[in-house]
Amino acid sequence: MSTVEDRPTTDTTGSPRENGGRRWVGRSVLRKEDPKLLAGRAVYVGDVALPGMLHGAVLRSPHAHARIVSIDTSAAEAIPGVAAVLTGAQAAELVNPMPAFCAEPVPQTAIAIERVRYPGEAVAIVAATDRYVAEDACAAIKVEYEVLPAVVDPEAAMAPDATRIHETLDSNVAFHRTLDFGDVDADVARAHTVVRTRARWHRMGAQPMETAGAVASWNPFDQSMTVYSNSNFHNFLPWAFAGMLGVSTNRLRMIPCAVGGSFGSKHFITKVLAIAGALTKATGRPVQYLEDRVDNISANDNVGCDRIYDAELALTEDGEMISLTLRIIDDYGAYFQFAHGQHGNAMAQPTGPYRIGSLRYDVSCVLTNKVQQGFFRGAGADPGNFVLERLVDKASEELGIDRAEIRRRNFIAPEQFPFKTPPGNVYDSGDYAAVLDRALEIAGIDKWRAEQERLRAEGRYLGIGLATCQERTGYNASEWWFLYDNPPLPATSTPESVKLDVDAMGGVRVEIGCPLWGNSPETVVSQVVAEEFGIDPADVSVTYADSTTGAMSAGPGGSRLTIMLSGATRGASRTIRDKMIRIAAHAMEMDPDDVECVDGTFRAKGAPSTSMSMAEIGMRAHLFFHDTPEEESSGLVAVHTYDHPYSTPPSADRKDMGAFYPMVSHACHIPIVEVDPETGVVTLRAYYAVNDCGTLMNPTLVEGQIVGGIVQGIGAALMEEYRYGEDGSLDTPTFREYLMPSMHEVPEIVVEHLETPSPFTEYGVKGAGEGGRLVAPTAIASAVDDALKPLGVWVDELPMTPERVVGMVAGAREGRP
Amino acid sequence: MGETTAPEKIRIGLTVNDVRHDLLVEPRTLLADLLRGDLELTGTHIGCEQGVCGACTVLVDGTATRSCLVFAAQLDGAAVRTVESLAGADGTLHPIQQAFHENHGLQCGFCTPGMLMGACELLERTAEPDPDEVREALGGNLCRCTGYQNIVRSVCAAGRTMTADRNSTATTTATTTATTTNGAQA
Ligand code: FES
Ligand code: FES
Repeated sequence: MSTVEDRPTTDTTGSPRENGGRRWVGRSVLRKEDPKLLAGRAVYVGDVALPGMLHGAVLRSPHAHARIVSIDTSAAEAIPGVAAVLTGAQAAELVNPMPAFCAEPVPQTAIAIERVRYPGEAVAIVAATDRYVAEDACAAIKVEYEVLPAVVDPEAAMAPDATRIHETLDSNVAFHRTLDFGDVDADVARAHTVVRTRARWHRMGAQPMETAGAVASWNPFDQSMTVYSNSNFHNFLPWAFAGMLGVSTNRLRMIPCAVGGSFGSKHFITKVLAIAGALTKATGRPVQYLEDRVDNISANDNVGCDRIYDAELALTEDGEMISLTLRIIDDYGAYFQFAHGQHGNAMAQPTGPYRIGSLRYDVSCVLTNKVQQGFFRGAGADPGNFVLERLVDKASEELGIDRAEIRRRNFIAPEQFPFKTPPGNVYDSGDYAAVLDRALEIAGIDKWRAEQERLRAEGRYLGIGLATCQERTGYNASEWWFLYDNPPLPATSTPESVKLDVDAMGGVRVEIGCPLWGNSPETVVSQVVAEEFGIDPADVSVTYADSTTGAMSAGPGGSRLTIMLSGATRGASRTIRDKMIRIAAHAMEMDPDDVECVDGTFRAKGAPSTSMSMAEIGMRAHLFFHDTPEEESSGLVAVHTYDHPYSTPPSADRKDMGAFYPMVSHACHIPIVEVDPETGVVTLRAYYAVNDCGTLMNPTLVEGQIVGGIVQGIGAALMEEYRYGEDGSLDTPTFREYLMPSMHEVPEIVVEHLETPSPFTEYGVKGAGEGGRLVAPTAIASAVDDALKPLGVWVDELPMTPERVVGMVAGAREGRP
Repeated sequence: MGETTAPEKIRIGLTVNDVRHDLLVEPRTLLADLLRGDLELTGTHIGCEQGVCGACTVLVDGTATRSCLVFAAQLDGAAVRTVESLAGADGTLHPIQQAFHENHGLQCGFCTPGMLMGACELLERTAEPDPDEVREALGGNLCRCTGYQNIVRSVCAAGRTMTADRNSTATTTATTTATTTNGAQA
């Protein structure tokens, strides 16, 4: 009786509109996760040490594209301390190809067999007594390559006669699809103005400070494997990992470690799991493989979108946006493991916060000799926001309508929610004009305009940016495959579960299925339990479930976990609280309807001195079955699974992709920059953001997410980029070349919140994990534009490195578009 | 590990968090690996192994040092302090740690030990740094999560509390005799 699998219905007593009386939800409770992290006592995967453990290292291809003619491992094997050296072919006898979400035949093994297709692809792997010796052994492996032409430029890769990356495909265009929603041709025909941009969003990477790693330990006697790792999907796809590792699903135990940042890059980490898995199977000893930084940058699934946009926005004379056309070439790199998922994701909000009536979305996913795309905070919606906001700014220029005004005219109005967008996704709630107005206010725009004028007189270029963007939150994994006509899989609800129990002394424990990945799952869960029982969040104990507990968790992704953990924890809390009310009522000889739970005490309504403590009920429930109501089983434990609160499957003709990402946050960012057109250096002078992510679970923690995301967005706008040479070599394999913002590049960021609760979720929460990075790049582009307007510059390519800015200024002077 | 025929090892004496170790190290062993491996002090993290990120920062004779850029063999006679030395055995956080906790100066915690040790050095030099001084001192430490401003706030706040603590201790120790402190020198 104590296990429930029901989907909860949202209880309006908890909705903020009717209940301002919440005690813990909405408070900036200090993080429960902090002390162990601060003391250096959290266990990351690199800290795991098992008896007899070996260390792995990987030899990687120096070439972007080559045939492996021969590999001689004899000298490496002879080094004392080396326990195993495996080529791709040898590893393939121990582990299987990596699981793929694409329908196209693009097989990928963690260690290349016969041919390498990107610089840094693994060619051989080693296990040795320590990492130094393992790397010595890698250096002693002799590989003979026959270098093949490298396909670097995605547009050139599309030519019918281009060198093919995979013989199993007819061309390097792995996937192409045009989707029309509404009558695009008719809308464009009636438009007064069509603004166009050809925009370029280069590949950037998540670059968490901790690389990916795994410690795998194979037990040949019972054919089981234990894996410690920083994969975020140990309770989502352990069955897929088991298939790859050649272990039966019920004999794989995946133990989560503290994760030193992910930002999307540590969901799967299948390469790392397969490498550690093959080495432990080859040696019969535990093996730790932890990427070094070069491994991580060159071969992890770190890389985000890499897109060329041909985009058009059609408007009426008075600035009403009526139709959007996006033609996209996306450079996926050499493999297609996660299919076109980032375009499924982009279907959530391609038309932004505006009432745009029709959409044409034409996408070509192209293969080249680069590491494959993985996921990075934003996951496809990031370049979408960039391009849409650039078009809106351009329309404002061409139609002579102020850029705040043109946005205001087109915003979906508060009374239009829930709002169905052209592709079918539904937005839950929002008040976009209020967010814009507040942002203009806190930025003190007039003051900055005056400063701009003053500086222009001195020949200096100050710019004020503006962007108003969506952040779709609470993702549904169907997006990975629903652009296929015949999806290999049906729609999913991407569930999350928790197990809550109250022990015999009244102590509350919650076991969660997601890992500790840098956000605050323990704090969120404790706040919800505290809210439901009226106890102190400090008294709640939260632990992490390994993959053998039956926990379900899709991990952090698509800004979902605060929504999903709130739902699962509230459901489990209510189940147990109700049971405790029944037990207390029985003991106090009352009707359960007359008993309430207040401040962790179960008491008679209207007569609070008649009461029982959590411990009294706990002891009775655990030990004294005969003193509890007849229909109750002993114990106080509930597993609650919370399915995605609102999703509908796509229509068969794909004219309606369904609701799949309906908790939609919104933000307006106003960055202030100064640009030196001679050196191309862009300096951020100030930054203002107003954000609405529904009910704030914990304002301080939300602000932390937003500021951290904005700083990654500053990186996206100004410096972050994977660069490749003409021969396909990776020019940015370390942090010396791949630049990220430091304290020096970042201003003090001012953040404010408005709260429009979601009608679909518990407490009205929405997600907030990606918003900073989803808005900042396009806002900063708009600021640089504004600064360099006197020079005629139009920004349509990120990052705006000094070289690019100087080039844009020179181009504008020469009258280039 | 017995299976390895190592190059000739070097004998060093190293004091780590007030504990003296006599060690035989390979010439190429980095301080970061010695701390994390042989000494099992895994609080020091490795983010890049090439001196760019600062995650591996420890104090060597009081100076903030990237432990991925120093060979252990260079450190005979040195005193090293790592993040493990900061909190008390009873779980009391050091004032710098407490300030990071109260100002949400960390998310994933991977850069944090390096930030804390860098902050220790700064506060030793400048008791109450302003935000610019913090950005100057810790500007070489990367954090991918926080966006930095809460780290800056944390360090400034720590400076203030530690100064206040010192002032009140100074009054107390006027009557009792000062004793030694464990943890980073405040
Ligand atoms: S690990 Fe030493 S500076 Fe990055
Ligand atoms: S807290 Fe994650 S890198 Fe700084």
